[in-house]
Amino acid sequence: MTAAPPAIALREVHKSFGATKIIRGVSLAVPRGQRHAIIGPNGAGKTTLFNLISGRLATTSGTIELNGVPVDGLPPHKINRLGLARSFQITSLFHRLSVFENLRCALLWSRGYKYSFWHLLGRQHALNAEVERWLERLGLEDRRGVPAGLLSYAEQRALEIGVTIAGGAKVVLLDEPTSGMNRGEAERAVELISEITRGKTLIMVEHDMNVVFGLAEIVTVLVYGQIIASDVPARIRANPAVQEAYLGTKAA
Amino acid sequence: MSAPEAQIGIAERRSTRLPTILRGGWPWLVVLAIAILLPWLFFDWTKGRHSGFVLSLMSQMGLMIVFALSYNMQMGQAGLLSFGHAIFLGLGGYFTIHAMNAIDAGALWLPVELLPVIGGLAGVVFAIVIGYIVTKQRGTAYAMITLGVGELVSAAALMFNGFFGGEGGVTANRVLPTSIFGLGYSAGIQVYYLILAWTAIAVALMLLLTQVPIGRMANACRDNSERAQFVGYDPRLVRFYQVALSGLFAGIAGALYAINYEIVTFDAVNAVMSANALLMTFIGGVGVFWGPMVGAVLVTLLQSWVSLLSNSWLVYVGTLFIVMVIYAPGGIAGLIMAHRPFWEARRLSALILPYLRIVPPALVAVLGFVGLVELCTSATIGSHQGKALQLFHHEIDTSSPQAWVIAAALLLGGLLVTRYQSRVFATTWSTLTAETAQGATRQ
Amino acid sequence: MEVFLVTLLNGLVYGMLLFMLASGLTLIFSMMGVLNFAHASIYMIGAYLAYELSRHLDFWAALVIAPILCGLIGAAIEMYGLRKVHRNGHLAELLFTFGLAFIIEKAVQMIWGLVAVPYRVPSALDFSLFTIYGTTFPAYRAFMLLISALMFVAIWLLLTRTRIGLIIQAALVHPDMVGALGHNVPRVFTIVFAGGSALAGLAGVIGGNYLVTEPAMAFTMGPIVFVVVVFGGLGSLEGCFIASLIIGLVQTFAVVLDVSLADLLARLGIVVTATTPFAEILTVRLPRVGALLPFVLLVLILLFKPRGLLGTRDT
Repeated sequence: MTAAPPAIALREVHKSFGATKIIRGVSLAVPRGQRHAIIGPNGAGKTTLFNLISGRLATTSGTIELNGVPVDGLPPHKINRLGLARSFQITSLFHRLSVFENLRCALLWSRGYKYSFWHLLGRQHALNAEVERWLERLGLEDRRGVPAGLLSYAEQRALEIGVTIAGGAKVVLLDEPTSGMNRGEAERAVELISEITRGKTLIMVEHDMNVVFGLAEIVTVLVYGQIIASDVPARIRANPAVQEAYLGTKAA
Repeated sequence: MSAPEAQIGIAERRSTRLPTILRGGWPWLVVLAIAILLPWLFFDWTKGRHSGFVLSLMSQMGLMIVFALSYNMQMGQAGLLSFGHAIFLGLGGYFTIHAMNAIDAGALWLPVELLPVIGGLAGVVFAIVIGYIVTKQRGTAYAMITLGVGELVSAAALMFNGFFGGEGGVTANRVLPTSIFGLGYSAGIQVYYLILAWTAIAVALMLLLTQVPIGRMANACRDNSERAQFVGYDPRLVRFYQVALSGLFAGIAGALYAINYEIVTFDAVNAVMSANALLMTFIGGVGVFWGPMVGAVLVTLLQSWVSLLSNSWLVYVGTLFIVMVIYAPGGIAGLIMAHRPFWEARRLSALILPYLRIVPPALVAVLGFVGLVELCTSATIGSHQGKALQLFHHEIDTSSPQAWVIAAALLLGGLLVTRYQSRVFATTWSTLTAETAQGATRQ
Repeated sequence: MEVFLVTLLNGLVYGMLLFMLASGLTLIFSMMGVLNFAHASIYMIGAYLAYELSRHLDFWAALVIAPILCGLIGAAIEMYGLRKVHRNGHLAELLFTFGLAFIIEKAVQMIWGLVAVPYRVPSALDFSLFTIYGTTFPAYRAFMLLISALMFVAIWLLLTRTRIGLIIQAALVHPDMVGALGHNVPRVFTIVFAGGSALAGLAGVIGGNYLVTEPAMAFTMGPIVFVVVVFGGLGSLEGCFIASLIIGLVQTFAVVLDVSLADLLARLGIVVTATTPFAEILTVRLPRVGALLPFVLLVLILLFKPRGLLGTRDT
């Protein structure tokens, strides 16, 4: 029996902007259901990698597969429909729409509404009930009518995660989900992420090591566009190459 | 909560659901009632006749309301700035007027009351064809390509006489034998009620279209095209469908145009008409559904009424437009809605005095501005045409400095006082906003 | 052959005039993201100012003073108008310039009337420079070419040899980065806007008497200049130059080539009569369609190469 294809498979992916090489040959396989973190110093290319996987950028060379289906070159909405969702480092919401509307929009495509102009949204009881459930899970029931642009930062990050996952994508990419949060907020966010992504494949870019080591099963370290290590958190912590990349060479 | 109490809760919710629709919709019914009854206010009881001017004005307002709302489906709802929207109005008008002639000649049977269907069909078909091309772009490129296509179509309207009738346009007679109600539509009041009926239908449909998936996703793509992609939508297709729908209603407006004026020329399809849509929609307010309706009424009023009094009505519209772009980009509707939190907190009365302090000097400044513009126009264009400037039947000598000095003084003085008062007003406004917000959170 | 040469020269003259207008607009658009609808209005103001100055002083004074005045007007618009609207977004800026164009046209009508003013070529330049195949080539057109060429060289020198020019070049392609590097971007914006307006004014001085000076000239010229800017592409003055020449030549040749699609089809053996479908479209003659061709080009370029000929950025 053949094994299920990995959720995400990158093979020899290169990305250059003009003459500048950002991603220099990355190969990575993330099996289904795994919780995977990508860490690395600033400028390593983590967000670029996300952009490549999610279709925001095209690869210069190399292939990317989602559940065995090649996706490089596809526009982002097609990749999303194949089951991949991502959040953004800088919150990306529909700022003039209310919290409720944001979540509802995130559900529309996956619930089959497509470009319909004959379904009155007020009457879609199943859809609206589901939005209510999401509001509760995110802790945003009291803010449902507030335009997303007016929420507090932490509320926006929570909504961002909600909008990313509500559509039911099985592969979720979170780009620095706890950035800008204090300890308490980050802990709550981690709880939320951990509960919401149960059974899904999660790939996370993070700088907060507590979050990484708390959530991730496998950690990949990206430095200057190349993977220098990919292992369980404990061994990554002890890896000398990783320590050097972050801290410089050990004092003799 | 005990079972009976829970039951009462459910019953209360159910019983409030029905009236809510009516409760939420009553302003629309009031407006409709006003629209139906208003012409009778101007009815000349001694002669037993309606005021032709009022009927013509209100008919024009009706079709412009539909046009402006259709434009806002692109501008306010989808974030698409178009400089060629008149294409759909004009083509809808041309097809309708040809249909009218065909009915007259007996070649086509269609009830007069259903003529706007022809206009709508023409509008939507061309919106699909043209929309498919132009929606490849968005933002400034979209504005540019609609400008280009608009110029192409209006130039074609001048060049190709067969369909467009050249410079003279195409005329038709709306007194046709195919009315469902057996009406002749020669009387202005009948035309008005026909236009009003279709306006009401179009407004209702466009309002409903804001509550459907494509309408919501158009808003979403306007706010954040990228995030829309990452919830599964192709922003290009969303734009395309929205443009197609907006073309449908513009076409209906075009048909009403043809019925109202009984002539369609390239004026219906050219850049000036497209600019008109932009002006009406923006001045009225793009962020609120009924904003363009207010804008259409106001601009039509300025156009028809002020233009009788002055040649320079376009200067006033242009200045109003610029002032709004700088100080009130939400338009008139935006200004009104900004008062909503105060209304809901019942603190609106706190603004009465501040308004009383700022409105008079502003009016004085406007008076001075109007005076200067009129003097200027009269001195140059007016003297060309041999017309003298009249104020309340009092002729004003434009060559003497008196009038100029007075007007300039009014303008400058008014502006200075307004500027001072506006600072006071702004402080009052922000204090009131803070108090209202605090009050809301305390509750 | 003679027709070709003369038309070529005329096309070049018109193309260079377009470039003078479009270069300023490209700079403004590329750097500030503002599609300045009022740019052609400043061109109009330049022409009218030149007319007045020629009447009271002489043409040469107008040639110097009018562009300077237009530059000052541009600076004022940027500092007191655009900056206020900037916080409301690009759309608001575009609408502001749109409203401004509106008002300027009305103001011009109010001050100078509805009819074209007799702004004439100065008598000092009103002679025939040379004669080709029996057609005279007026000295004034050579003068226009000279001024355009001088202006082109001046811009090129400014952009490549001066510090401010380097900053402008950088800001053309990466405006945000330039600000992040610590340059006084608002001041650069004002300078670019004023410079572009001065160029537009200069174009008005030399073009107003070549073409016509009337209140509608802004709204006739404006869209064509937009086409040039979009056709040439954002962030590229070279593209703007090429586009100006292409469109100038296309429009000029179109007026001279009295052919229609029907003629073309006739060469292929297909005869178009009054009853052929689309006969009207097929028999329309090129000169009549001439004014349309820039827009056809605009639609085509936006469909197939939306960045323009040599554009470096998306709009």
